[in-house]
Amino acid sequence: MKNRLKVLRAERDWTQAQLASALNVSRQTINAIEKGKFDPSLPLAFKAARLFDLAIEEIFQDQVETVEN
Amino acid sequence: MSKQECDNSSYQTKNNANTITLRNWTISWVVSMAIAAFAPKFIWDFNTVLTMIAVLINLAVGFKMLVANRDYLRGLDEMQRIILLEAMALALGVGLVVGLSYELLEDIKLITYQPEIPHIVFLMVITYGLAVISGHRKYQ
Repeated sequence: MKNRLKVLRAERDWTQAQLASALNVSRQTINAIEKGKFDPSLPLAFKAARLFDLAIEEIFQDQVETVEN
Repeated sequence: MSKQECDNSSYQTKNNANTITLRNWTISWVVSMAIAAFAPKFIWDFNTVLTMIAVLINLAVGFKMLVANRDYLRGLDEMQRIILLEAMALALGVGLVVGLSYELLEDIKLITYQPEIPHIVFLMVITYGLAVISGHRKYQ
């Protein structure tokens, strides 16, 4: 799963630790999500969406390629 | 978000508090285990009542340590919890599989000494530690 967490964080000039604090998780977890090594649960994804005031799909995108006819 | 807000993170504060609680109960359990193991012989000459009290205290402190461990796990975030649960599952599996084979070795005369539980516990601790390190590296 791809995500725009790093970009959104940078736009707001937040550190990983500040984002981790806002989402109530560890900095390591934010780092792993940003690198695409860990996919967050739905509740955490909703929390991030609320924090950035965006829809979940505007932050997280499925990596399955769609075949266009 | 200010730096102070970050430093005062409720996650970190809660996690630190849970870690300290777990550490304290673990130390208490080790001490109570040592008392139950050695005091009957070296301090009160196998007095039955005192020995039973020492064993009951050891069990009670062990139970509190388990509760502290449960609270510690519940206080972790989802990735940290997955890392620890996977490590625990691996340690339990290795302990069960190797433990049973190890116990079998004496029965089938491949070793001459009695298999000891502490050997398996030591193996499980090493497995758990390596699995936690590996889990953290996996998500780095």
